[in-house]
Amino acid sequence: MVDAIVIPLLKIVILLNAVLVAVSYLVLLERKVIAFVQSRLGPMRVGPHGILQPIADAVKLMTKEDITPARADRWVFTAAPIMVMVPALIVFAVIPFGPEVELFGRSVPLYITDINIGLLYIVSVASLGVYGIILGGWASNSKYPLLSSLRASAQLISYEVAVTMTLVSMILMAGTLSMVGIVESQRDASLWFIFAQPVAFAIFFIGGLAETNRAPFDMPEAEQELTGGFHTEYSGMRFALFFLAEYANMIVISSVATTLFLGGYLRPFPGVEGLAFLDLIPAWSWFVLKTFVFLYVFLWIRATLPRYRYDQLMRLGWKVLIPIAIGNVVVTGVAKVLL
Amino acid sequence: MAEAIVFYGLAALILGFAVLVISTRNTVHSALYLVVNFLLVAMLYVMLGAEFLAAIQVLVYAGGIVVLYLFVVMLVNLKRPPETHQDPRRQTRLGLALASALLAELAAIIVYSATGESAPAATAAAAAGADIAGGNVEQIGMLLYTNYLIPFEVASMLLLVAMIGAIVLAKREL
Amino acid sequence: MPAGFSAADFYNILPELVLTGGALLVLIVDVLTARQQRGLLAWVTLGVLVATLLALLPFSDVNTVASRGLLAIDGFAFFFKLVFLLTALVTVLMSSSYIEVEGLRAGEYYFLILCATLGMMFMASGIDLITIFIGLETMAVAFYILAGFLKPNRRSNEAAVKYFLLGAFSLGLLLYGMSILYGLSGTTNVRELATVLASQERNALLIVGLVMVVAGIGFKIAAVPFHMWAPDVYEGAPTPVTAFLSVGSKAASFAMLLRLFMEGLPFLADMWQPMFWVLAVMSMTVGNLAALTQSNIKRMLAYSSIAHAGYLLIGVVANSSRGVTAMMIYLLLYVFMQLGAFAVVVMLRRQDVAGDELKDLSGLYFRYPTAAVAMLFFMLSLGGLPPTAGFMGKFWLFSAAIESGFIWLAVIGVLNSAVSLYYYIRVVVFMWMKEEALGSPIVASPSMAVALTVALAGAVVFGVYPRPLFELAQESAQSIGGVAAAVSALSF
Repeated sequence: MVDAIVIPLLKIVILLNAVLVAVSYLVLLERKVIAFVQSRLGPMRVGPHGILQPIADAVKLMTKEDITPARADRWVFTAAPIMVMVPALIVFAVIPFGPEVELFGRSVPLYITDINIGLLYIVSVASLGVYGIILGGWASNSKYPLLSSLRASAQLISYEVAVTMTLVSMILMAGTLSMVGIVESQRDASLWFIFAQPVAFAIFFIGGLAETNRAPFDMPEAEQELTGGFHTEYSGMRFALFFLAEYANMIVISSVATTLFLGGYLRPFPGVEGLAFLDLIPAWSWFVLKTFVFLYVFLWIRATLPRYRYDQLMRLGWKVLIPIAIGNVVVTGVAKVLL
Repeated sequence: MAEAIVFYGLAALILGFAVLVISTRNTVHSALYLVVNFLLVAMLYVMLGAEFLAAIQVLVYAGGIVVLYLFVVMLVNLKRPPETHQDPRRQTRLGLALASALLAELAAIIVYSATGESAPAATAAAAAGADIAGGNVEQIGMLLYTNYLIPFEVASMLLLVAMIGAIVLAKREL
Repeated sequence: MPAGFSAADFYNILPELVLTGGALLVLIVDVLTARQQRGLLAWVTLGVLVATLLALLPFSDVNTVASRGLLAIDGFAFFFKLVFLLTALVTVLMSSSYIEVEGLRAGEYYFLILCATLGMMFMASGIDLITIFIGLETMAVAFYILAGFLKPNRRSNEAAVKYFLLGAFSLGLLLYGMSILYGLSGTTNVRELATVLASQERNALLIVGLVMVVAGIGFKIAAVPFHMWAPDVYEGAPTPVTAFLSVGSKAASFAMLLRLFMEGLPFLADMWQPMFWVLAVMSMTVGNLAALTQSNIKRMLAYSSIAHAGYLLIGVVANSSRGVTAMMIYLLLYVFMQLGAFAVVVMLRRQDVAGDELKDLSGLYFRYPTAAVAMLFFMLSLGGLPPTAGFMGKFWLFSAAIESGFIWLAVIGVLNSAVSLYYYIRVVVFMWMKEEALGSPIVASPSMAVALTVALAGAVVFGVYPRPLFELAQESAQSIGGVAAAVSALSF
């Protein structure tokens, strides 16, 4: 009873809260990082060094008026932010933050579940996120959001192909679809897969930037062209949901990348005995650390690179990344058979 | 027993949403109901222990095909209100009568044949997959790449044909 | 190589492999050649088809099951593959000039033709519901696109959309029926299906599955009342495609029908025989009566092909080896007559003439006597007048029906043939007795001449000397499951 229901429920509650807090502080982190790059200070007023800024933001968003535009499709308009947020959150169900640990005399795995189609589950659930974007733009009954949502979904679908292809080569490497299995196979191989699959990693990372609509692929939110993006007509908490979902998706991409390429919760150089003292640090903190490295790179890129043009983006996706990704699958397969 | 309740609940929902898909005037809503329908079917697969199929169902149908539907709907039928059918040749009543007759007939047959037991067939089908060890994914993979290699490969030609066809029909200047 | 596969499995599908490779080769050649040299593609396609034919020849005496019971490599499959390849060859021959006139993309066109042929070949040799269905789908998708290949032409667009919608719907029905059969038997293998279902108590659900499958196939062979799509699609599609569709698709669907019903469901014959009886009578009657009033040749030939589906179904109803043999003979003869007739229609298509109205044939005899004579022969053959191939085909079909005790069916068939003569002769009347139609002169390109010659030769030779054809068909029909026993009782 306790093992089957109470513990998973507790884990879900903790995880959801952790993710949401992480998301709101990611926003602060972004502002701080960009400010740092631009030699500014960023938010400083609320709390010491602006540390309470996310809470102020949340209060602001929650108390704002919630506007539904005239002649908008009410039903879809309300559902769209939810449809973006839910897939972004439920993906976390299969991400392993750490191995099984002893807690209060019980052996508790630090992930909600480990299913044998874990990676496929992530891909398929993540693919549902596009509905919120496309419908949010459509239901607003407004020109720019519609354009933006079409851009965003075209971008998502295009890059999903390349990213899924890289995942295929990762499955070939690991021989399993289970997320825990993938981490453990990196332990067995004494190798982070980023070193075995640098091409796949590069494509995955670029695709991840595009799938989360982050710079330099943030055409859907190009303020100069589209007055804001698919969520132009949204305000208050519904807008906040879109906003949070984008950051939650960044965390998803980062943690999947960590799991697939950086050995998940494994310490650096998992095969080197001499570094065994690193095991003293809890495994989950390795995971968090690696994920934050990724997130930092996301922000760094945003502060550094200019935006792509739309046709360049599509060309990069279809004519460069997808062929390379397919080639990578072929090479991996051949290597796997021969070695 | 619990399984039966879940099954019938899911089946009723699937049918309900299927009806909504065809009865809704608004094309976008219709597509959305279709998505829900696909998700529910995926749940049915999970119930049957076919997780791989469920994930693929969500990925391909809900996450891919219907998104493209929506795309087309939004690009093509942006502002026009849903057309009401005024074609005089539409034989709605006759169609309705025939459809209900067929439905009644099918229902009668199913009720009638439900008394007969056809369990051996189900066990035979289950046995066909059982001899391959491993999880769901491995089983499907083994079947596709051994027993069903030929249809699997022909399907790739089929997809190539469809792809080239789409290009031929859609490309403006040839 | 996957476990359990041997080199033999790949050898057995050698013709299909050659065809697949060839189809891809056509695509590559299309990309590599300059626009002006696209005529090369027709030659490549012909080469591929001939190579496939050569690869097929060693299998004339083979009778085996390949690919873990998914494919039957037997005489039946051999015969039908021969029919498909022949059809594709003649179609390609008559296409090249048409493609130029219409300004079509040759590479994709020939690729799709080859892929449709590939699908047909899998339909003929598939003895597993999955193989059969995938083959059918490959063929169907290729045809949906080919039907809409004349993009600026609204009729062609209409044809593609109609064919696609109704085709998808009918495939859905077929698949539903197949899934019921699978659900009841637990196997997708047609031969196992026969043994498993025969040993079970007859389930009412089986009838539902049967009806669905019959309806699905009915659409594909364009039997009344599932024929609605045929006239519009035949009229709108590019003429060579119509020719290929009316012959190839029909032959493949009949092959599938025979596999499914003769091999898979022979013990349900008492159920499907009456169904096909009704379909046959309705197809013949409706097809012929509707053809009487058509002024468009392609539409007329569409209705005539519906009627021919009816004649062919007589062979199914007969449910005997003689019936199967007769059907196979008729299908092969039908290739020559129907393709020949369409070849003449294709020839009428010139820069300034659409060429598919009956009046475009006016005075053809005075402008191009050879074509007119050939057309005369094809029309008489389709009508089934004695010295022609069509007569032999009908004779066998009707005699098969009589032998199995369906005398009324044969009578209705004969009456229908008489009715059909009216509209076939009308074509002849136009060619000989009307004023010459306007338009630029009719010329036959060399490949078209070859196509016409092949069709005419087939129709003439087999009309006069049908024995080798009969022997081939009889031998091939033996390999089809349940009816093998009756073969020895046959004599000609």
